[in-house]
Amino acid sequence: MDIELRHIHKRFGPVHANNDINLTFLGGRIYGVLGENGAGKSTLMKILSGYQPADSGSILLDGTEVDYRNPQIALHYGVGMLQQDPLDVPAFTVLENFIFGAIGARGYRGHAAARLLREVCSRFGFELDPDTPIASLSIGGRQQLEIARLLALGVKTLILDEPTTGISAEQKTILFNALKSLAKNDGLSVLLVSHKLEDVIALCDEVAVLRAGKLVGTRALPATPSELVALMFGQILEPAQRIAVNLDNAAEAIRFENVTLRSKRLQVKDFNLNVRAGEVIGLAGLDGSGQELFLRACVGLAKPAVGHIHFEGRDMTGASFRQFLAAGAAFSAAGRLEEGLIAGLTLTEHTALMTEHHPVIDWGRARQRTINRIQTYHVRGTPESQIEQLSGGNQQRMLMALMPESAVLLALEQPTRGLDVDSARWIWQQLMVRRDIGAAIVFSSPDLDEIVTYSDRILVFYAGRVTEIPDARQATIDQLGRLIGGHNEEVPR
Amino acid sequence: MKQQAWLSRVSLAVAPIIVALLLTGLLVIAVGGNPLQALTEVLRGGFRDVASFAGVVNFWIPLTLAATGLIVTFTAGLWNIGVDGQITMGAIFASAVALSWNLPGPLLVIAQLVAAMIGGAFWGAVCGFLKTRLGVNEIFGGVALNQIASLATLYMISGPWQPPEGGSVRGSPPFPPESLFPVISDEFSVSLVMLIVVVISLVMIGLALRGTRWGLSLKATGQNARSALLLGVPVNRSALSAFIVCGMLAGMAGAFRTQFAFTSPSIRPLVSGGIGFLAVLVALVVARRISWLPLVTFAFSALLGGSAQLKAVLRLDVALVGVLQGVLVLTILLFNGLRTRLESRTSDRSGTSATPTPSVSGSEAVHG
Amino acid sequence: MADPLLNTLESIVTNATPLVIAAIGETITERAGIVNLALDGSIVLSAMTGFVAAYSLNTALTGGGMAVATATMLAIPVGVLVAMLVGALIALLIAVASIELNQDQVAIGFVLTLLGVDLAVFLGTNYARIPGPQALPIVFPVLSQIPVAGDIFFKQSGFTYLSYALIFGAWYYLFQTRRGLALRAVGERPEAAFARGVSVNRLRYLYAGLGGALVGLAGAAYSLNIKAGWTTPPNMQGDGWIALAIVIFGGWHPFRVVLGAYLFAGLRALASVIQRTPGIEINIMVLNAVPWVLMIVTLLLVSSGAIERALLLLPRGAQKWARNILRSDPPAALGTRFDPERGS
Repeated sequence: MDIELRHIHKRFGPVHANNDINLTFLGGRIYGVLGENGAGKSTLMKILSGYQPADSGSILLDGTEVDYRNPQIALHYGVGMLQQDPLDVPAFTVLENFIFGAIGARGYRGHAAARLLREVCSRFGFELDPDTPIASLSIGGRQQLEIARLLALGVKTLILDEPTTGISAEQKTILFNALKSLAKNDGLSVLLVSHKLEDVIALCDEVAVLRAGKLVGTRALPATPSELVALMFGQILEPAQRIAVNLDNAAEAIRFENVTLRSKRLQVKDFNLNVRAGEVIGLAGLDGSGQELFLRACVGLAKPAVGHIHFEGRDMTGASFRQFLAAGAAFSAAGRLEEGLIAGLTLTEHTALMTEHHPVIDWGRARQRTINRIQTYHVRGTPESQIEQLSGGNQQRMLMALMPESAVLLALEQPTRGLDVDSARWIWQQLMVRRDIGAAIVFSSPDLDEIVTYSDRILVFYAGRVTEIPDARQATIDQLGRLIGGHNEEVPR
Repeated sequence: MKQQAWLSRVSLAVAPIIVALLLTGLLVIAVGGNPLQALTEVLRGGFRDVASFAGVVNFWIPLTLAATGLIVTFTAGLWNIGVDGQITMGAIFASAVALSWNLPGPLLVIAQLVAAMIGGAFWGAVCGFLKTRLGVNEIFGGVALNQIASLATLYMISGPWQPPEGGSVRGSPPFPPESLFPVISDEFSVSLVMLIVVVISLVMIGLALRGTRWGLSLKATGQNARSALLLGVPVNRSALSAFIVCGMLAGMAGAFRTQFAFTSPSIRPLVSGGIGFLAVLVALVVARRISWLPLVTFAFSALLGGSAQLKAVLRLDVALVGVLQGVLVLTILLFNGLRTRLESRTSDRSGTSATPTPSVSGSEAVHG
Repeated sequence: MADPLLNTLESIVTNATPLVIAAIGETITERAGIVNLALDGSIVLSAMTGFVAAYSLNTALTGGGMAVATATMLAIPVGVLVAMLVGALIALLIAVASIELNQDQVAIGFVLTLLGVDLAVFLGTNYARIPGPQALPIVFPVLSQIPVAGDIFFKQSGFTYLSYALIFGAWYYLFQTRRGLALRAVGERPEAAFARGVSVNRLRYLYAGLGGALVGLAGAAYSLNIKAGWTTPPNMQGDGWIALAIVIFGGWHPFRVVLGAYLFAGLRALASVIQRTPGIEINIMVLNAVPWVLMIVTLLLVSSGAIERALLLLPRGAQKWARNILRSDPPAALGTRFDPERGS
């Protein structure tokens, strides 16, 4: 299907998220829609797929103007979108999700639907058991289900928003093969929204680049990554330099001794690790493979079922989070406003929580401390701003600012989640400063580049099993991808 | 333009009161009464003479104490419906002291208040323990504990505290005269001690919520317990302390309720008189603006004080006052929503309105 | 029929009926994502209005010369409909306050539950303790002939038969139909339902109203059947809270909810049997406290995960089947608001 976007405008308050976008997508081709976070690419795709109305402008499908008010109508015209966090119902089974919202499939019991699901799955090599609850599927599995569902509904345009985040290398291969086949054999137009250059280069025929709400260029591929980066940022960024640190004489920050961790869904068994001051350890793995559990165990939020945890040489097995905090551990979770910051509280109140330990609070002092932090960490906000009024990047900066300077161990869950490249780099600069003054950093990330770039050592988690890569500089993305997918035949030791 | 904005704000503040009066008036007409007459009786009822005004103040004292306590639990994001039971438990503990201890006047009064604080705090702590340690939602825990507390009153009255003449469940024998809270004058029979207790409680809670780490911890816990924990707040202990403090204040309200207009102090069934539920309504209206609290409780008390007139003069059921209060709170909440909706329509759709109700999301509140 | 055990079991089924109906109604409402915390006030107010409507119609009809039996036959359904309307209106008010005015469902529900009781007392004061039309037991053809079960389950009033239909109807609708899928999706993940063309808020109004109407029906079951008439203070007050707790105990699944309601009524009956047994002296107040202690205990069972752990004791084949019934998670979007303009 051919799609034409004409003069699309969309504002959110003061932000002009889409500013006069004109684009054409042809059937049978795969397009990359590139841009850093906040460039407006997701907004544009949501407009195209009916999730948000445009303020003005028109959408033409195969030359006819259409007007849709919701995703259902877009689907009716053949435009379907796979969201970054697939829009399924976690409480349902695979089959229930497949059936729900489908037009034409008869009967709830849906033997016909089950057959249809099997057909789609076997064509693309998806492995989906109809009776599995969604809650126990990986992101990759849920993506496959959504794609199967959209295809069964007869989409002629498939939009995918950041589909390669959080899926294994194997799932990525399956996904890319499916997309290529759909474009080539079925004449679908495929739109891939991404900030990952290597994915776009590997898959797409053409890219459109957005920056600050405007279309800044289109380009036929192949192209080199630096050419695309130049389009995205208007300049070429130097990759960060990594200096190897000598850790031979470094003190021990945290040590795991034959530790077994258990959660409802998995266990990390008989695990030994010694993290030294000034060391950075990256945790790779699909969501829910055990790295979250491990991070939480570093700060007492998860208690070991077996074994011992020593913090700076002291046995702190079974200690509470508050005891770890007092001992010098700090933690930040992936969902900032859910875990870490408190909507409704001002920046000063956040500072007071961390720094004012007397029964009566000295608000003047707390405010001054907040101002200092705002300046040091370049937070765009005032001491009186409520935290939810800040942008994601500024929230992350504030979260960093709240971590005590004297912290011995920083346990960070996806520290740059949702941040644009600049903000992410800035956060890492600050973290490196912390490392240089002797903090140990343990962090998880779905972004393998980030892990390879900043870690000294890497731990790869797969279903609770841990594989260690002792020298991160020798790790390749490819190798990590295989380990994440559960293939550990060729572990470098 | 500015004047217009001001006008619309005032009218939005007054509108719910008018709507509530109109709705309740319709109900009065429905049962064949005269709404204007009913309103004037209720409004006048509490201010006919010094004695009736004293009656209003005697409602105001326990209501303000309980509502002040609820501000604490609401700040911590807790629906302490159990406050009514905490009042009752305070009354039971105060009665136990009044009925069994031989102390001179002032000491016995203080002992009653202290016992009541312990009783209320105990019942609050039970609810808090169920919530924080055992995961029983405080709304359901509170409802059950309210019922159990009233049944405990009945049990004590019909058993251990059975009056000598026996058989009756109307109340315990009267407490000794030493247990009476001293009143300002026979005309204006209001307890000075309790007035002082109320003012001190209001000021202390107001200051504590604004200026102490405890207050900030409660607020953090109420807004987002998960984040508060990660910022080093002992959330379970905070929540438990909120229940206990609320229980202490409610307990004193209960001790006061046994005084029964300072004629024959005793404990009777339904000693709380629903003051706890009324306090929840008050807390919903004032949200966290504690400076408004004494005014709102006064308005509610004036309505209660006037309710006796309804039955006496107009033969209308006193439940009418409860209806008026309920409708009033409902319309205030709905108009709050209407106002934020209108405001966000005029400025920007994207604004999520902050409701002045406690910051517990429904799911958390009911099944957390 | 003379068997006292059989009598007790029969009365348990009778007494559980309004709890079953109210809890099923609330299950439907909560499955769609709306908490109707005003259950107690709704039951009381609908019991009063249902009774008054039935009483008034009955009086008018018999006054007009109609035979008493015929008048009752007409008056009771009208009373039931009025009660259902009242229940639906209260639930819809909560839905409007939440969806249109962004108010906390718990806050509005709590205010409405207090208001419902006061309103019922105020408006019903002239109808207290007067005899009115009552639904009598109907001996169900054929099924009442089944030994034991026939006596227990099929010599009941129409309300109880309706409750049987509701149990299976609600289960079938929720888990075996397309509309049920949409209903559950709206309460679990409204964004996903919206993306599939479901009008989230329209469904929420629909199921709030439907669930509320059932709560009203439960109110009518009290005043037109088991509690016979209207009293002040209302003698069914408190049962609404118990029904709310039963929904949690029942894990939002109709079958388990019903089990909870019968269990509850059974334990209540057991308590009164103990009390009547000669030689055992328990203070009546202690017995009256039993339901409330039970309420806390049942919630403890859920929060401690004991019910879900029971799943692990089952054989593997049965686990898959029982998972739906034994899970205790509330609908994920319960009590939250969905704004279609923002798609979230």
